[in-house]
Amino acid sequence: MSENLSLFSAQIRLETCKMLAHRGFGHLGGALSIVETLSVLYGEKMNIDPKQPNWPGRDYFVLSKGHAGPSYYSTLALKGYFPLEVLNTLNENGTNLPSHPDRLKTIGVDATTGSLGQGISIAVGIAKALKLDNKSNKVYSIVGDGECNEGQVWEAFQFAAHQKLDNLLVFIDENHKQLDGLTVDINNPFDLRAKMEAFGFYALRVDGADEKAISEAIDDCFAHPGQALCIVLDTVKGQGVEFFEKLFDNHHIRFATESKAELDKAIVDLEDLVSKGGVR
Amino acid sequence: MAIVFAKEQKPIEMRAVYQNALFDILKDNANVVVMDADLVGASGMANVFREFPEQCINMGISEANMIGAAAGMSLLGKVPIIHTFAPFATRRVYDQLYLSGAYQKANLRIYGSDPGFTSGHNGGTHTSVEDLALMRAMPTATVLAPADATQFAWLLKETSKRYGIFYLRASRKGLMDVYDPSSTFEIGKGVVLSEGSDVVIFAIGEMIAEALKAKEVLEKVGMSVAVVDMFTVKPIDTDLVKRMIVGKKVVITAENHSKIGGLGSAIAEIMAEEGSGVPLRRVAINDRFGEVGLPDYLQKIYGLTVENIIHAVKEAL
Repeated sequence: MSENLSLFSAQIRLETCKMLAHRGFGHLGGALSIVETLSVLYGEKMNIDPKQPNWPGRDYFVLSKGHAGPSYYSTLALKGYFPLEVLNTLNENGTNLPSHPDRLKTIGVDATTGSLGQGISIAVGIAKALKLDNKSNKVYSIVGDGECNEGQVWEAFQFAAHQKLDNLLVFIDENHKQLDGLTVDINNPFDLRAKMEAFGFYALRVDGADEKAISEAIDDCFAHPGQALCIVLDTVKGQGVEFFEKLFDNHHIRFATESKAELDKAIVDLEDLVSKGGVR
Repeated sequence: MAIVFAKEQKPIEMRAVYQNALFDILKDNANVVVMDADLVGASGMANVFREFPEQCINMGISEANMIGAAAGMSLLGKVPIIHTFAPFATRRVYDQLYLSGAYQKANLRIYGSDPGFTSGHNGGTHTSVEDLALMRAMPTATVLAPADATQFAWLLKETSKRYGIFYLRASRKGLMDVYDPSSTFEIGKGVVLSEGSDVVIFAIGEMIAEALKAKEVLEKVGMSVAVVDMFTVKPIDTDLVKRMIVGKKVVITAENHSKIGGLGSAIAEIMAEEGSGVPLRRVAINDRFGEVGLPDYLQKIYGLTVENIIHAVKEAL
């Protein structure tokens, strides 16, 4: 691995917790569940140049589950797209870091997302455009398991499979929860990997907290040309901070008393983890 | 703008215009991508899809993904031209057009076909009476309702050279020829088809033919009638509206669309802000759903005929 990915994950998680602590509220649960995937993508896999955010040769990333913006912004800042201090402007009046990603506001953001279901269609469009131009750039997109309630997601999946978009890697972040509770209780997704296979994808399922497993799964996928590609990430909402993993309503948190104290404690623990190079 | 009026009537179907214009556009620009949602045959585009397989994509019956994917492609420099029936091109995918399209500054041309009474036997489920209202309310969108084949072809070619969200609504069937094919236009500028001092009729699309017929009838009873083609519904040509209403006894708008939110509303807004004091009558579909039937039958029951325009003028005077 080209970087110390567990350290990078710890840094992303730390900056995400810090920005939410500064703001006092935010989408913590779904932001933390994709930290390791962002770490592998931006720390190892993606062909990018933060000094040239609009470089046409870059790989593209579309955060279809746009509410996970905070960890995405942390990743971009840590990679040098913009200064870390900017993270504290999250959701401030007039900010360039809105709750949901906006390509016109934030350097490094490739697509405007947040209205669930729409990001993955933008991603398939980007992938198809690259195919039409015979370009080798790759496109990565993370869809939420709750987001899979949206019919548009399945339209996009059908299109990706039919068009054999093997330059697009779809991640489904299966953190098992959506805003109102467990996905199985609200709109059971059943076996997402099997569903994706049935849709014509080459589909894997990995531990979404394991950078090595994610990295290997990505390599495995790209070794299957001519087919649409998917990795279902088995994750936990609030991943990496025990208190928030166990907190049932952890989609959007307004930090007060106990949760504020726990977030502050998590920041101290993560700073410690980072100082030790990310090794627990 | 260089307007030459049609010398004779040789109307061709708008779907043929669409096909012919796209042949030219695709030949000229390798970045143009044509997309349809399983209406390739119905829009007369089968030959285009055969001729340009690399630049034409049948997205299947998935309009939401079609708009999103088109937006994504446009971010990489593609120039999408999209077609489906007007209700599916607007109200079904409004949030996709709004966010993936306009809000993130994507580059899309959307042809919504068979609005209002032109949906004919496809009936109420396939009828849009509100597409102009929806698209007018979308920030930055340009809303176009071509008057005839010449203008439709010109708008397709012109918008393909521009960047933004462009909605074009037109029937797939033939419309009366208003302009000679040598004409050129300016987006955002209405075209005065005839001057007149008593009445001005602002019309779009199918209703231009009705407006011109009404002019003939009214002039026989001594009224002087101006007719204006307001093919750009947004941004509306405010200066022209202000100029044309001066000294008029009545202002008429005529559109194959709901009375709420379309051309009539746009003109009413200008007149109210101007404090014009001139009576306005909107000949439009009166807050109702569509239904199945032959277009001429539907045109009658929706109140969109020459008689409705004449009645509106007389009633206002």
